[in-house]
Amino acid sequence: MSHLPLLAIFLIPAIILALATLLTWVERRLLGLWQDRHGPNRVGPGGLFQAVADGIKILFKQDWIPPFADKTVFVLAPSIGMMTVLLSFAAIPFTPLSGIAGTLNIGLLFILGMMGLGVYAVVLAGWASNSKYALLGGMRAAAQMISYEVFMGLSLLGVVMIAGSFNLHDIVTAQTHCWFILPQCLGFFIFLLAGIAETHRLPFDLPEGENELGAGFHTEYSGMKFGMFFIAEYAGIILISSLVTTLYLGGWLGPVLPAVVWFVLKTSGVVIFFILLRAALPRPRYDQLMALGWKILLPLSLLNVTATGTVLMLRAAG
Amino acid sequence: MLNTVRTLFLTFLHAFQARATVQYPEEQPYLPSRYRGRIILSRDPDGMERCVACNLCAVACPVDCISLQKTEENGRWYPEFFRINFSRCIFCGFCEEACPTYAIQLTPDFEMSEYARPNLVYEKEDLLINGTGKYPDYSFYHVAGISIPGKDRGKAERERPPVDLHTLLP
Amino acid sequence: MNTLALLSGSLTLLGAIMVITRRVAVHAVLYLVVTLLALATVFALLGAPFAAVLEVIIYAGAIMVLFVFVIMMLNLGQPDREREKEWLRPRIWGGPALLSTILCAELIYSLSTLPQQTDSFSPLSARDVGLSLFGPYVLMVELVSFLLLAGLVTAFHIGRHRMENR
Repeated sequence: MSHLPLLAIFLIPAIILALATLLTWVERRLLGLWQDRHGPNRVGPGGLFQAVADGIKILFKQDWIPPFADKTVFVLAPSIGMMTVLLSFAAIPFTPLSGIAGTLNIGLLFILGMMGLGVYAVVLAGWASNSKYALLGGMRAAAQMISYEVFMGLSLLGVVMIAGSFNLHDIVTAQTHCWFILPQCLGFFIFLLAGIAETHRLPFDLPEGENELGAGFHTEYSGMKFGMFFIAEYAGIILISSLVTTLYLGGWLGPVLPAVVWFVLKTSGVVIFFILLRAALPRPRYDQLMALGWKILLPLSLLNVTATGTVLMLRAAG
Repeated sequence: MLNTVRTLFLTFLHAFQARATVQYPEEQPYLPSRYRGRIILSRDPDGMERCVACNLCAVACPVDCISLQKTEENGRWYPEFFRINFSRCIFCGFCEEACPTYAIQLTPDFEMSEYARPNLVYEKEDLLINGTGKYPDYSFYHVAGISIPGKDRGKAERERPPVDLHTLLP
Repeated sequence: MNTLALLSGSLTLLGAIMVITRRVAVHAVLYLVVTLLALATVFALLGAPFAAVLEVIIYAGAIMVLFVFVIMMLNLGQPDREREKEWLRPRIWGGPALLSTILCAELIYSLSTLPQQTDSFSPLSARDVGLSLFGPYVLMVELVSFLLLAGLVTAFHIGRHRMENR
């Protein structure tokens, strides 16, 4: 057992990075499928090596730091983004036994904290680029991600109240009889929306917003630094999906098949749903996004917390 | 809200629909015969060049990609050189419409990529084909009132013999 | 354990020194974030993981981002030596420095006289924090919530005022 965490520390980030790279291809294929196209299908079987080809291309691109940029912060920003996402995976329990810190007693809060730090990647990238589009993207990202962090935290409280623990392992085992998506469907809905906004994925990718901001916060980035933002975003999707799986879909629980298979199946289902959202929905305006957050999601998540608390109190009393 | 769910569902249903993309190199797309692709110069049914170097195509070309020079041989007009710069050509087909002799024609072929731009400048030898193209029976010199070896004045189709100026007969 | 605590403690100190010596505002804020993270590590090592994570989420993850946000809005990109010199005259910082020196001396003295606590402590869980918050400290929690409500109402009022003037 002592050497297992050490192995996991090296193995899990490697697997996550490989999966995130693969996800770029999966997303393009699925978008093609839903838009009556094929998507990349030339390199390797079914286009499987497209991700590898893109990786090689991006590695050999010129890695240019604009002369007007703040160099230290400019280099720091993508690494912050990558590190926070990868660190978050430490607390995710993939199976009852694995996971680097699956039984961390504040696992959920740790992930929230890492997501909170992940905002710096985007904001600092926007600031350090010293260009107006990047700055606008960074400012949008700061406001959007901080706002949606609030709703994300509040929507999670329902789950924490029922399970009575911040420990993700305990939260999964509390779902043995009933997945939390049933009693916490409102919280699930809010968490999903907040998760999309938090990873600035389409349809909530206003920090990038190609139509109006060029590429938003990473306008000035090129080469592997851009690649790190790109891969961190996809790793973020996997992170949010595995969180949804852990918190609302019963984690590794499931009949017949091994635990890890169930976890991967559920997580990939959520990932596919994320991609479907991208394929189907247009991007809202920025004020619409903020209004949705503060005027609809905040009251709803507070209502969810209150209702869950009331039910739990009544059940404890009766 | 319901609209959003409906949109998601309808988009998901597209997974089961046929794909519109043609898998190009393996699967050739259907091109109609009037498709405006690579430009050729055709010959008349006798095997002679149709082009009479009238320059109308070069005038009609909106991007000035055609250049040619007239020369003359036994009464027939030919282009001394005929050059189309395909790196400029926009395949609008105006040259084909301007051509009075059906010489310049656009064909349903678009596979003409090159690695170097100069290779896209096509000379007369590259453009000229050994056929009549879209108009198999048309021969300009056989309908025009100009004399060439083997065909005198007045011998063209639906052409009256020339008026003899020296006779007094009606 | 002791080494780790010393390391994170010295990181906190180093970060704090860097915060007040940087000339670019964003760099100072970044060092402040590092300080807060090191402080969170100290908390975690002292057996209060809940407080540590709250430090990361609230201070490092939310409040400092707002600092960066404001700096970005005001576009304080370049160092401004003249203005810094104008603001930092000895007459201005002399008084606070003297008071903090006294406080620091007092702290060092009290730390040296404190009885050494050697027995290990159990980690403080979220449940313990909640119980003490809504048990002995419930009045404080209510007062703070009043303060926050007042802040919320003020912010709303200011925002609405601006909207009507437009």
